[in-house]
Amino acid sequence: MKPVLLKHFTAVSCIGRGLAQILEALQQQRSGLAPCRFETVDLHTHVGEVPGVDAVRIPAALRAYDCRNNRLAELGLSQDGFADAVRAAAAAYGPRRVGVFIGTSTAGILETEIAYRRRVAGGPLPDDFQYAAAHNTFSVADFVRRRLDLCGPAVVVSCACASSAKVFASARRMLEAGLIDAALVGGVDSLCLTTLYGFHSLQLCSPGPCRPFDVARDGISIGEAAAFAWLERCPTSLDGGAVVLLGIGESCDAHHMSAPHPQGLGARLAMQAALAAAALPPEAVDYINLHGTGTPSNDRAESLAVTALFGGTTPCSSTKGATGHTLGAAGALEAVISALALQHGFMPGGVPATRVDPELGAGYLKDNRRTPPNRVLSNSFGFGGTNCSLLFGRAA
Amino acid sequence: MSLCAYVAGIGVLGPGLPDWPAARAVLRGETAYVPAATVLPPPAILPPAERRRTGRVVKLALAVALEAAGRAGAEPKSLACVFSSSGGDGNNCHELCAALAAPGREISPTRFSNSVHNAAAGYWSIATGAVGASTVLCAYDASFAAGLLEALAQIAADGGALLLVAYDTDYPEPLRAKRPIPDAFGMALALTAQRSPASLARIEARLGAAACDRLADGSLEALRTSIPAARSLPLLSRLARAEAGPASIEYLDGSRTLVEVEPCA
Repeated sequence: MKPVLLKHFTAVSCIGRGLAQILEALQQQRSGLAPCRFETVDLHTHVGEVPGVDAVRIPAALRAYDCRNNRLAELGLSQDGFADAVRAAAAAYGPRRVGVFIGTSTAGILETEIAYRRRVAGGPLPDDFQYAAAHNTFSVADFVRRRLDLCGPAVVVSCACASSAKVFASARRMLEAGLIDAALVGGVDSLCLTTLYGFHSLQLCSPGPCRPFDVARDGISIGEAAAFAWLERCPTSLDGGAVVLLGIGESCDAHHMSAPHPQGLGARLAMQAALAAAALPPEAVDYINLHGTGTPSNDRAESLAVTALFGGTTPCSSTKGATGHTLGAAGALEAVISALALQHGFMPGGVPATRVDPELGAGYLKDNRRTPPNRVLSNSFGFGGTNCSLLFGRAA
Repeated sequence: MSLCAYVAGIGVLGPGLPDWPAARAVLRGETAYVPAATVLPPPAILPPAERRRTGRVVKLALAVALEAAGRAGAEPKSLACVFSSSGGDGNNCHELCAALAAPGREISPTRFSNSVHNAAAGYWSIATGAVGASTVLCAYDASFAAGLLEALAQIAADGGALLLVAYDTDYPEPLRAKRPIPDAFGMALALTAQRSPASLARIEARLGAAACDRLADGSLEALRTSIPAARSLPLLSRLARAEAGPASIEYLDGSRTLVEVEPCA
């Protein structure tokens, strides 16, 4: 595939608002997970809640879109001068030539959950409930495009926890096909009762902070995040340190709705496809940001896939012990983390992972490594057996 | 690079439209359109354990996807996939929200697994063994056009063959009052980059602002406007009549996706 430039990017998660805070948390291997105090949830679990989301104000003209998910999107867009950079770039290209591709799994379903609670005796939903602007899966992409006055193609990709990795694939295809000249991609997923009680019903939530790849790992910690990137076709000459998307691999497990293929077949196919798209061998990858959710079976399958392709020495880690599993936002958030690792010359160690499971053969990093990576692979896998791997590189 | 592909197979299932041959006859004006509740077949290609877990949206998507792949003579597992739906499984969503509003908040793990927007794509992959690229989209009422643009961009950029599957099912109350989709409608196109003996027509899309096509029959036009996936009817109509020319499909905010149809004689 033709490489794609990540010209601007930003993120918000429980470890920080904007790149500087997120970078500092990663460099200190600090976790943002805390016991769950979200809404009326009465589960014994930890979450990665973004502080201050309730205080975010949606502009009056877009009041219909007001919901936690879109407030989180608004908070993300306002970091690092991202919205201003998008407006300036969109003005140069023309707003019809910019595509908007946002990944989400939750959209604003929290609003619907609350609306159901407000019903009287099985009656209608409250009059102020906004289906299209809050509940519907498309609501976050519609909000973002209206907020930034973009009027090119727009879509939500909703493939569970691979959603906002796959937005890079959709954007790259439309750039290559020539329908657009730039793309705003991202992922926004917010805490809600459906995911908290849902993962709990599957017994996949850890009571404590999640411990990916740890010998005593016992499930995920759900987080929330908004992460965005502005993509353009790669110019012929690049600034040193520029971050470039070199390869994308997508696959399906064809195995089970909520459990990974036991040997990590789909995961391996996605990583192989990303390498093939970049025309690079496995040795070219310096660090892998794992999907690494912290469930016993997910980490085992991913480790098998990684070792089958890379052996046991390529440094890898999961940053979900720091951020929580941000579900539909995880792909974009970890793309941003990968970009920070490339730009700032380090490989983030896992958080906390004090005792790496000896049965997992992958070369798991416990501590940050000060070796600047030139290429980073980022994995995102989801329910339905959907997989996506993104391969990023740093311009010399 | 133009956004074009060849249509090799079509699947349709909706109110009074049990399959593509029936829909084709209606759209050609050979038989009258008689609206009737959509009948969804059980997904026989799924293993029994998975079959029991599937709701209306999965049955609908798998039925039209299988029909399109079958009519194209394509091996389902060989096809990349683009699924597009304006809302996912309405009944499942209602049951989850109702359970979360009740004391105890006991929700079914199966309902939760099925709540992902990519449930139909996941079951399709399990049923067929397809391990290739698959994506699942939503663009509210523009979901069909968004899926078509994604599918054509994928073929333009990477070639190959893929299935575009667009489908919507109805919500029960109380969500139905807020999102009044009356019934289930789905359609699928098996698309290829290269012309083959199976090719029915070449289609090429671009964005535009022309008036969108309406259907002469009042009941068909009501179907088109009431179920997002049925926004595809102007394109299906041209394909049914093997008639060259543009189909203007509703996209975002009054914009259109214009699909030029050129039958392969």
